Amino acid sequence: MNKHIKHWFDTGMPFVWLNAGAVSVSVIMVVGLIALIAVRGLGHFWPSNIAVFDYYAEPNTSAERLMGEIVDEETVSRSRAGNPGYQGETIKRNLIKSGNRDISGLDFSWILDAGIKNISYPDDAVVVERREWGNFYGFLTGLEKDGQKISNNDRLWETFQEEIERNNKVFKEIRHVEKDLIGAINYKMERLRLKERSLELEGEKTPENLQIINQQREELQREYDSYTTQLEKLYSKFNSSSFNAITADGKKITVSLSKVVRAYQPNAMGTLDKTLFYCEKFWEFLTDDPREANTEGGIFPAIFGTVLMVIIMAVMVTPFGVIAAVYLREYATQGPFTRLVRIAVNNLAGVPSVVYGVFGLGFFVYFLGGSIDQLFFPESLPAPTFGTPGLLWASLTLAILTVPVVIVATEEGLSRVPRAIREGSLALGATKAETMWRTVLPMTASAMITGLILAVARAAGEVAPLMLVGVVKLAPSLALDGNAPFLHLDRKFMHLGFHIYDVGFQSPNVEAARPLVYATALLLVVLIIILNLTAIRIRNSLREKYRAAEQS
Amino acid sequence: MNTNEAVADSPLLHDFNSQTAKKYRKWRHIKDVATRHLMAFGGVSVIIAIVLIAFYLLYVVIPMFKSAEIESIASYSLPGNANTKSLMYAMEEQREVALRIDEQGKAVFFATVTGEIRKSIDLNIPLDLSITAVAAGDQTEKMIGLGLSDGSVLFFQHNYDVSYPDDVRLITPFISFPFGETPIQLNKAGESIKQLSVQYDGEQATLVAHGSRAQINLVSLIKEESMLSDEIKISREESVIPVDTGDIVELRIDIEQREMYVADKLGNIYFYNISNKTEPRLIQKVRAVEDDITITAVEFLAGGISILVGDTTGQIAQWFPVRDDENNYTLQKIRTFNKQKSSITEIAPEHSRKGFVAIDESGEMGIYHTTAHRTVLLEQIDDHVLNAIVLSPRANAALIENDKAQLQFWHFHNEHPEISWQSIWGKVWYESRDKPEYVWQSSSASSDFEPKFSLTPLAFGTFKAAFYAMMFAIPLAILGAMYTAYFMAPKMRQVVKPTIEIMEALPTVILGFLAGLWLAPFVELHLPGMFIMIFCVPLSIVFAAAVWEFIPDNIKHKVPEGWEAALLIPVVIIAVCFSVLISQPVENLLFGGNLPLWLSQELGITYDQRNSMVVGFAMGFAVIPTIFSISEDAVYSVPKHLTTGSLALGATPWQTMMRVVLLTASPGIFSAIMIGLGRAVGETMIVVMATGNTAIMDMSIFEGFRALSANIAVEMPETEVNSTHYRILFLGALVLFAVTFLFNTIAEVVRQRLRTKYSSL
Repeated sequence: MNKHIKHWFDTGMPFVWLNAGAVSVSVIMVVGLIALIAVRGLGHFWPSNIAVFDYYAEPNTSAERLMGEIVDEETVSRSRAGNPGYQGETIKRNLIKSGNRDISGLDFSWILDAGIKNISYPDDAVVVERREWGNFYGFLTGLEKDGQKISNNDRLWETFQEEIERNNKVFKEIRHVEKDLIGAINYKMERLRLKERSLELEGEKTPENLQIINQQREELQREYDSYTTQLEKLYSKFNSSSFNAITADGKKITVSLSKVVRAYQPNAMGTLDKTLFYCEKFWEFLTDDPREANTEGGIFPAIFGTVLMVIIMAVMVTPFGVIAAVYLREYATQGPFTRLVRIAVNNLAGVPSVVYGVFGLGFFVYFLGGSIDQLFFPESLPAPTFGTPGLLWASLTLAILTVPVVIVATEEGLSRVPRAIREGSLALGATKAETMWRTVLPMTASAMITGLILAVARAAGEVAPLMLVGVVKLAPSLALDGNAPFLHLDRKFMHLGFHIYDVGFQSPNVEAARPLVYATALLLVVLIIILNLTAIRIRNSLREKYRAAEQS
Repeated sequence: MNTNEAVADSPLLHDFNSQTAKKYRKWRHIKDVATRHLMAFGGVSVIIAIVLIAFYLLYVVIPMFKSAEIESIASYSLPGNANTKSLMYAMEEQREVALRIDEQGKAVFFATVTGEIRKSIDLNIPLDLSITAVAAGDQTEKMIGLGLSDGSVLFFQHNYDVSYPDDVRLITPFISFPFGETPIQLNKAGESIKQLSVQYDGEQATLVAHGSRAQINLVSLIKEESMLSDEIKISREESVIPVDTGDIVELRIDIEQREMYVADKLGNIYFYNISNKTEPRLIQKVRAVEDDITITAVEFLAGGISILVGDTTGQIAQWFPVRDDENNYTLQKIRTFNKQKSSITEIAPEHSRKGFVAIDESGEMGIYHTTAHRTVLLEQIDDHVLNAIVLSPRANAALIENDKAQLQFWHFHNEHPEISWQSIWGKVWYESRDKPEYVWQSSSASSDFEPKFSLTPLAFGTFKAAFYAMMFAIPLAILGAMYTAYFMAPKMRQVVKPTIEIMEALPTVILGFLAGLWLAPFVELHLPGMFIMIFCVPLSIVFAAAVWEFIPDNIKHKVPEGWEAALLIPVVIIAVCFSVLISQPVENLLFGGNLPLWLSQELGITYDQRNSMVVGFAMGFAVIPTIFSISEDAVYSVPKHLTTGSLALGATPWQTMMRVVLLTASPGIFSAIMIGLGRAVGETMIVVMATGNTAIMDMSIFEGFRALSANIAVEMPETEVNSTHYRILFLGALVLFAVTFLFNTIAEVVRQRLRTKYSSL
């Protein structure tokens, strides 16, 4: 037996197995990581049941009545749990989301499992998602409109839902008036102010010109006034009703319906209801604006900002990357110089992204942007237009960051085009440009697309440089809107990656924000994996194609 | 139609030399040439654009290391009565207007560029008295005290109103008396004041004066606004401080009015604590210069912590109180600067930086910075003795008087005196610290704060992070690569390789977020499990292999060769779960249920939740795919005839692996490690999110650090453009750029060599 083992060690098999183990560990880590994000991110939207129970923080003390979702649990040693009065070497504790931040101050707390008594899941337990102070957990007792009770007990819940729906419609209208209509007027007003200032700078601030401007201004003001009266009406409608409720420990509260996003009774919902609710929440997550310092609501502006930035970057990086690659491979004389350039380009792909951010901030934002402001936007100085981080500079910085990727991929594609094809084309009398344009480049198209996809995937996931050149935690307006010139390259924008960093680490209420961060991370991971898999697929099919071309 | 006709009519022959064909050919030629030029232009400019990065970083960094430049603007005879002795000068913020006070008590405000008098005010010194001493307070309140021959002090303020009539700046100077126009009696005996120092902070004023006797009179005035009326009451405290010397040459109190320094003719410095105005205490008496040398100038550095002592040899030294272990302060000589040619006549500190300018009797002027321990400029500006100097508040101009009654106005261009090789990379003894240290502390709320720009702790942090990441990544990635390239079944390889490579594309912000919010608490909770895992996982793998070895062949053969990794997946998962599960019991048994607490109580090791171990895991995870992918390629492309030859000679696969394959592929593996290292050094989001970002220098795996890249990401958005802080962050970026570029170049060169080697085999 011993001899056998010794022999087995001599053959080195255990080491081979250890090597295999390294692969297993790596694979488990990748899959585990993605699974972790997926489970946590997707679980967030599921309406979990609400428990109501008596809680004894220490044995033999008076109980408090608590209510909330149990979000997490862990088992820790006595000493880590702070040596509670309950027995046992290890202590099990639950993280409970009890909401009601406006009443109790805390919406998450760790409670000891042993202290939970008389747990129940009553059907009439209500969760109210609010626009401020987070969720409310309690029991609905009545509804008021203009100070009058409008509840009749048997249809209380239905009336509540109808009122919420009606109020949300009003809310949408208010948002439309405030953001779109009044926003447009404010934008035009600002343009007028700048126009006046630029006339002043050019020394053409004549009474005639001024009169035209003032006339326009008055017109806008009139429009503005009419909108504000409309808004006032909407607001009085919006604030008219409220609901009454009691919390688990019997506190009565009245909350205006204007604060309510939605209300539901998870304990009374069946699986189908919950699934529908889940889809609704997921849709809200994708399409809605964030609420409550980004910890609730959706991430639409971040998705929009990421996509827009990546598109602008792609528009800039593709032609330049391709031209550089074509020059390097087809036109430049091959020699030590091109070899040096190739090494440099390869190395630039390995330069830390934050260095590009520093370069973008110094060169693009302060130097180029500052000069552009001096030349073209003197009217808004000292407030910078392009001399401050914004969409254009972020896209440009990422274009510089990713251009080596496109160059390398395109060059690889060009090098795979068989010599015979080029020579055939030239022999038939085509010029070099025609050969390039008609035969070589079409054959490399998929290589370029591969490069582009890889560049896009890299750009979508970068955060460090963007922190310096244009991303903000909350952009007041999207960079693409209804006001001419529609695409506002000077605006700041939101970004998925930065959203993760910001909400996860700068948020005042990390516990509340955590599930949303997982969901955002999942979205980003899925996006990037899809992009990469596509690129890999294209590259593989490309290789097959050329192998066939070379052999035939 | 016959054939001949057909040939004649052939469009090819017929049209070859026609006008249209020629034109078309020309057009095609033009297009060809145009494309060539366009491509060359475009290609070269893209390449230039990306190379520009390095040069732009350099362009921003270089001004930091330039020495100062000075520019003579004007020279004129003393404004006002040129025959009287000047007592003092002052300049306002915009360096447009300056003030000269002469011995007759005339305050003359004049334009700095021309010397033209803007306003002349008589301070109305009584005819029977003369001015015997003069002192200026701190720059924000601009107080001046004139000591008179009857032991009283005229205490006033010079002020400047700035207005913009017709968009042109107009500065109107005036003089005001916050404590009344009557001189304040300091010396009750009526001796004339020889030395004087004053300070005022808007509420409280302290005046100290030395007369002819061996004592110092201290008076403190506190303005109190009464609640009911607007009346201002002034309360007065005073004391008499005996000194054991009669020859006081300099007397200074600091801006906080808590410390007093007295220098005597023998070269002693007396250090007093005057926090309690009625009971000042002598803390220390030190000999500041050697025998035969006398102190000629004593001045506070901005902030009022250090004093600068100039002497007859032209030497300037910086001193400040240092706290010892018993919490006692003693005055210590911190550093000396290059000697000037001759006796120092005056030292002028900058108002908001830790720099100063000194002039001497030979006509030489020096510009220095204390923190950087740097002589920014040393220049002979005159052939005569320089008497007096005043710096503008922004330290961008100076007025210098020589003994020929000439006043010179200079502009200074001295943007970054605080930077030197020593202050960036070396240990620096900062004010209020007890020893020289490496510190990064770039900003603070107070304006006279001493910025601490040591990149050493940041570079240390970067390499610490890279070190722990590599500790985790190298074994996993390289062992994995060896197996995947050499032993693994091709079918499985097709799945495994892309899976691991996909990791490379994972945004690091996600890894950082998971490390900070999930892994860090997890590791803290299961700390013993983490260490058990390191042993448990490899052991269980070997154990599983042994078990596999002994199970009957007919089962074994059902699994084709090269699928060991798949078999091991459940084994690894079980081993990991086991480690996590027994973590708690082990902790309870050995460490009282709380290992982090036990570490700090029993071993004195601090445990941060976001520590280097967490970063090591997260960043290792980010680096594994890079190293794996490149070294897998290197191993995979080892020519097959080498391995088959080795196997044919009877070597086991493992022996072939170790002696043949690995040896041949080692340059490739080396370059993989270099590229991985480059990535670890520059990684930003993981280190921002998974560490506490405190700039400490400690290799402990349980503590955090602050990396260069994280520092840039955190501080860059808040810096002022072209400030020293901005440029030093650029320097940080340049260092990162250079280091990663170096690693990558080494890797690239090694890889290219390897490629030629393979093709020759």
